Amino acid sequence: MIAASLAAATRLVTGASVHWLCDRSSETPRIYFANHSSHLDFVLVWSSLPPPARRRARPVAGSDYWQQTAMRRYFADRVFHAVLIQRSSNRADASAAQASVARMAEELDHGQSLIVFPEGTRRLDGEVGAFKSGLFHLSQLRPDVELIPVYLQNLNRILPKGEILPVPMLGRVVFGRSFERHRDEPKPAFLSRARHALVELGVAA
Amino acid sequence: MSSLHDVALIRLLGGIVGLLVVASIVGGLMRWQIRGGPNREMVDNINARIRAWWIMALVFATSVAIGAVGSIVLFTIISFLALREFVTIAPTRPADHRALFWCFFIVTPLEYLLIWFGWYGLFAIFIPVYVSMLVAIRTAVAGDTEQFLQRTATTQWGLLICVYFVSYAPALQMLRIPGYEQQNAKLMVFLVVVVQLSDVLQYIWGKSVGKRRIAPSLSPNKTWAGCIGGTLSATAIGAAIWWATPFGPVAAGLMAFVVTVMGFVGGLIMSAIKRDRGVKDYGSLIEGHGGILDRIDSLCFAAPVFFHLTRFFFVP
Repeated sequence: MIAASLAAATRLVTGASVHWLCDRSSETPRIYFANHSSHLDFVLVWSSLPPPARRRARPVAGSDYWQQTAMRRYFADRVFHAVLIQRSSNRADASAAQASVARMAEELDHGQSLIVFPEGTRRLDGEVGAFKSGLFHLSQLRPDVELIPVYLQNLNRILPKGEILPVPMLGRVVFGRSFERHRDEPKPAFLSRARHALVELGVAA
Repeated sequence: MSSLHDVALIRLLGGIVGLLVVASIVGGLMRWQIRGGPNREMVDNINARIRAWWIMALVFATSVAIGAVGSIVLFTIISFLALREFVTIAPTRPADHRALFWCFFIVTPLEYLLIWFGWYGLFAIFIPVYVSMLVAIRTAVAGDTEQFLQRTATTQWGLLICVYFVSYAPALQMLRIPGYEQQNAKLMVFLVVVVQLSDVLQYIWGKSVGKRRIAPSLSPNKTWAGCIGGTLSATAIGAAIWWATPFGPVAAGLMAFVVTVMGFVGGLIMSAIKRDRGVKDYGSLIEGHGGILDRIDSLCFAAPVFFHLTRFFFVP
C-alpha cells in the first residue's frame, strides 16, 4: 500500500514519460540496470513497470546505507523488499562481493527481477559514472537472464543527493533493448560496453 | 457562487460547444475524404487537436461554471504545469534547487491566493518586485556564482511568463466595473476565447492561403496571410460577442484586436525560447498540441494587456 502510493506520488512528481524499446510485458526475470542520481530512481523504474512485472521486481541496494536508521531499514525491508548487499570498496572484500552476487543470482532463480545501479552510488551531475564489477559477475553467473539498460533523465534535478524536497521537473524513463553479451568478453570491456549502452539511450532520448 | 445564472455566459459556453461540434464534423469529413492520401498525417494531427480541444473546453467551462474559485484553481494548476515545462528545459544548476522549490510550492500558490483575497496592490508587484529579489537572494545564498546572472534571469522569466502573466486571466475577477458586477467570468471567457480562436484561425488561414513567412528563424509556420487573416477574423468575432462584455461593439473589436496582436507576439517569443533551448515543443501533455506552454503562449502575453486596458478604461 505504502509502496503503491509512493509509486503514484513519484510518477506525479516526476511527470515522467516512459518509453519502451524492449518487450514491456515479458514474464521472465530480468536485470534492469540504470544510472543513479536520486532516491527516486528505484521507485520510478519500479513504478514504470507493468503491474505484474512490478510485483516481481526488487531493488538491489547498499546495506551500509539502508540499514543505518530505522526508517531506512523499514523502507528497504518492508516497503520495497530490497536485496541488501555489501558495497565493497576494496579488494579485500572479495568474498563479501561474491556472496552479494550469489544472493542476487538466487533471487533471479526464484523468478524475481532485479533493479541494479551499477555505478554504486548517486551521482550529482547527471552523468553516468564508471560501473562497478557486480553487474559483470552477475551476468557471468546467470548468462541467460536478459540485461535491460534503463536510462533515467532529469532525476538528479528533481531530487538530487542531499535534498529532501523535490522540484517537480519533467523526468523521462527509457527502457532500452536487451543488452547483447559477447562470448568470453573480459570484464573491463563488458562494463564499459554496458555503461556505453546506457549513455547511448540518454543521447537518443 | 456558481456563475450559471448568467444567460450571456451560457450562450458563450454554448457557442464554444457548437464550434467544437462543427470542428469535429469537419475533421471527420476531412479524414473520410483524404483516406490514405499524402496529407493523412496533417489530418490526423488536426483531429487529435480537436479531441484535445474538447477536453480543454470542458475543463475550462467546468471551472467557469464553478465560479471564481474554479478558475483560480484551474489557473493555479496551469501555472504549475507551465512552470514545470519551462524549468525542465531551462539550464539550471544544483544550487538552484531550493529557489526553484520556493517558486513551485510557495510563490505560485501565493500569487493566486492574492487574487482570491482581491488584494490588487500586492498582486501587481508580488512577483516582479519581491519574488525577483527572493530568487536572486536564495540563489546567491546557495553560493554558486557560475552563470549567476543567466540562471536567476531564467528563473525570473519563467515565473513572469508561467505564473505572473497567466494569473492576469483569473485576476479579471478583481475588477469592479460599474453595471457589470458579478459578471466578470464572461470577461475571462472573452479573453480566452478570442486568444485561442485567433490561434486556430491563424493556423487555418496560414495552412489554406499562407505563403510568405513572417519570421522563418523563429517559427516556420507563421505566415503573413495567417497572421493578418487570423487577426482580422478574431477581431471580428470579438466585436460580434460584444454583448458578453462591458464594452460596446467597437471597443470589443479593438480589445480583441490588441489581444490578438499580443497573442501573436507572445507565440513568437515563446518559439524564440524554444529555438534557443533546442526543443520543438515544451512538453507532450496535450495530444497534438505539445505541452501546456505551447497552448497558452499567446494567452501569457495577452492577459496582462487586456487586464490593464480594461482597468484603465472601464474601472472608475
